[in-house]
Amino acid sequence: MPIEVLMPALSPTMTEGKLAKWHKKVGDAVKAGDVLAEIETDKATMEVEAVDEGTVGTILVEEGTDAVPVNQPIMLILEEGEEAGDAKPAAAAPAPPAQVEPEPAPAKAEPARAARAEPAPRKEAPAAEPEYTGETHSITVREALRDAMSEEMRRDETVLLLGEEVGEYQGAYKVSQGMLQEFGAKRVIDTPITEQGFAGLGVGAGFMGLKPIVEFMTFNFAMQAIDQIINSAAKTLYMSGGQMGCSIVFRGPNGAASRVAAQHSQCYASWYAHCPGLKVVSPWSAADAKGLLKAAIRDPNPIIFLEHELLYGQSFDVPTDPDFIVPIGKAKVVRAGSHVTITAFSRMVGLALDAAAKLAEEGIEAEVIDLRTLRPLDTETVVASVRRTNRLVSVEEGWPYAGIGSELSAVMMEQCFDDLDAPVVRVTGADVPLPYAANLEKLALPQVDHIVEAAKAVCYR
Amino acid sequence: MAVAKRQASAPKRTAKTARLDPDVLVQMYRDMLLIRRFEEKAGQMYGMGLIGGFCHLYIGQEAVVVGMQSAITPDDAVVTSYRDHGHMLACGMDPRGVMAELTGRRGGYSRGKGGSMHMFSREKNFYGGHGIVGAQVPLGTGIGFALKYKGTDNACLTYLGDGAVNQGQVYESFNMSALWKLPVIYIIENNRYAMGTSVQRSSASPDLFERGAPYGIPGKQVDGMDVVAVKAAGDEAIAHVRAGKGPYILEMMTYRYRGHSMSDPAKYRTKEEVNKMRSEHDPIDRMRTALLDNGWAKEEALKAIDREVKDIVTAAAEFAQESPEPDPSELFTDILVEAKAA
Repeated sequence: MPIEVLMPALSPTMTEGKLAKWHKKVGDAVKAGDVLAEIETDKATMEVEAVDEGTVGTILVEEGTDAVPVNQPIMLILEEGEEAGDAKPAAAAPAPPAQVEPEPAPAKAEPARAARAEPAPRKEAPAAEPEYTGETHSITVREALRDAMSEEMRRDETVLLLGEEVGEYQGAYKVSQGMLQEFGAKRVIDTPITEQGFAGLGVGAGFMGLKPIVEFMTFNFAMQAIDQIINSAAKTLYMSGGQMGCSIVFRGPNGAASRVAAQHSQCYASWYAHCPGLKVVSPWSAADAKGLLKAAIRDPNPIIFLEHELLYGQSFDVPTDPDFIVPIGKAKVVRAGSHVTITAFSRMVGLALDAAAKLAEEGIEAEVIDLRTLRPLDTETVVASVRRTNRLVSVEEGWPYAGIGSELSAVMMEQCFDDLDAPVVRVTGADVPLPYAANLEKLALPQVDHIVEAAKAVCYR
Repeated sequence: MAVAKRQASAPKRTAKTARLDPDVLVQMYRDMLLIRRFEEKAGQMYGMGLIGGFCHLYIGQEAVVVGMQSAITPDDAVVTSYRDHGHMLACGMDPRGVMAELTGRRGGYSRGKGGSMHMFSREKNFYGGHGIVGAQVPLGTGIGFALKYKGTDNACLTYLGDGAVNQGQVYESFNMSALWKLPVIYIIENNRYAMGTSVQRSSASPDLFERGAPYGIPGKQVDGMDVVAVKAAGDEAIAHVRAGKGPYILEMMTYRYRGHSMSDPAKYRTKEEVNKMRSEHDPIDRMRTALLDNGWAKEEALKAIDREVKDIVTAAAEFAQESPEPDPSELFTDILVEAKAA
């Protein structure tokens, strides 16, 4: 059978084109790579090359023909031993599969909630958190994070810590104090100031089965590395059809510190929580910081672990048992109440508890939920609480637009529409780059009184 | 550390060729031809609408990956960017799985979820297939880091183009790999054009093999259209990194015959330039001529290889069209690895 040369698609969007010029005539010898014709598309003139060898048998479309549809036979090439008489166009070219309208993807065809009900998100349902009844000691968040890393590094040779000033300097915020001395320079690695480079290096090492903990001096600097975090770490498992994941923790202080202005004071919770392929954790207490960081290091996925500089020095009771782990994906009710639910994470949990104490003086019992994990978000715990209190105040340090509170508001619409006695109120940072001046900075960040006012408003008090 | 001077590799070629076993040369011919025929078929299938999106063909550059692969062992790792079909075939990945990924079918290496630019094989130590220009360079550096951390003497071949070489993260990687003496060979495939911008128009310093000099990384420019010269340079580089001396840079002077991607009409260069490269420097034609002229292979044997390669490519194309599309349930799989019980 002669070989049919079809009108090619020369771009992802081309459906037809002009056959501008033939470079071969009937009887010419053709070998792979020879230019056969020039085709004009809506964008450019392109050359069509031969893939097969033989002799030109018949030219089916004359030079200068406009609007030749993609996949129409335009030439017949005779293979060795074939005669021109064989060169008749097939009556009807078989329609290639690509011409068939593709099946619509389920996500497009069904509403968002149906897509969410697919099995994948379900699988993320966390194991129930065991009640810890053992011994505790009072340590700072800073020490809890260090203990979590050190315990996991003792347990697993493939865990290592990488970042700026993590070794000899003992950590820019002293989180890795003593670790270089215990584990040596092979496993506690001072990097140059080169966030994109060492984040990517960590991901590459992760593909190879190492479990790097990549410390960013602050998450503000991780913006230099965000391509490696999203495109390389978060997406490769999916793009490889499940072959090549990467167990890696990106951690460091997130959010506003104190008087360091806009470039050094930003909450990245909603940025990372937006992205499939990541888990995003942001603890408040030292016990959760330890238990969740250990879980993050053991997790086979890329984890964003958002700490807070202003919490590093705060002390909490922390379990001493090295097997104490807090499951990722589980919120925690840190104060029970029946009148209003207040959700918060990281430093804002402390403010929410202070607000709850003030509210109690006025007879309002607030339930405070520490979200702890922002992706996957434990909506179950929040929904169960709101079904009792019928009110939700969401607190976060970051900006309001498309924030964690926006997501919670959507969850309330979807799952608690009939339970709400008041619209959800979001207490957030002001929608401005964080200012330096002390008074302006205070105005830009959520304060205890903002939470008190919001809670009273939803209780109509 | 001294940077090797620009080498005129052409006069030495015959001597180097003579030292290689003819069987090795025949194998190189076959491996290059497989890539060429595979890519021509991919181009044709793209034209038929069977392959979508971006499709960057490797035609013309075959000697680079085939030569480098012959310098390493299967335990060494390879990572590259998006012009990756040739690298995968050179690593020994199944042409059927590669082609089926191009058509977005479940028989593809990424089960249809990656496409032309995103394929991987743990088995063959191929770490992608990455779509962001330059991003594979820190990744390859990290793979080298892990190989050293684990105490192996293996290396990671990290390929990048003459466009990527102007990305900042490339120098972040050079700095770290030189500082920590990581076993990484950076192979700059200089095909002269970053999409449509020539090296002369994009690079203040066009001698790309010298880009590691400030970090003390030795660099060498190689005739990337000569598979034997590539292998010789690869042998030297791999000996350097295996000895624990840190990274090495090879600038491969090569050429792509086709456009940057399928939809590139390539108006930034002349037809004469392309034709001259094809007729005078084609790595496959050169090898074929050398094999026949020196009596290292008979015409019949090479014809048999041509037929074998054609059959492999035909089978790959058939598989890639017969393999079904991914099951819709695949939409929600492989987003996260399920955690093992702690």
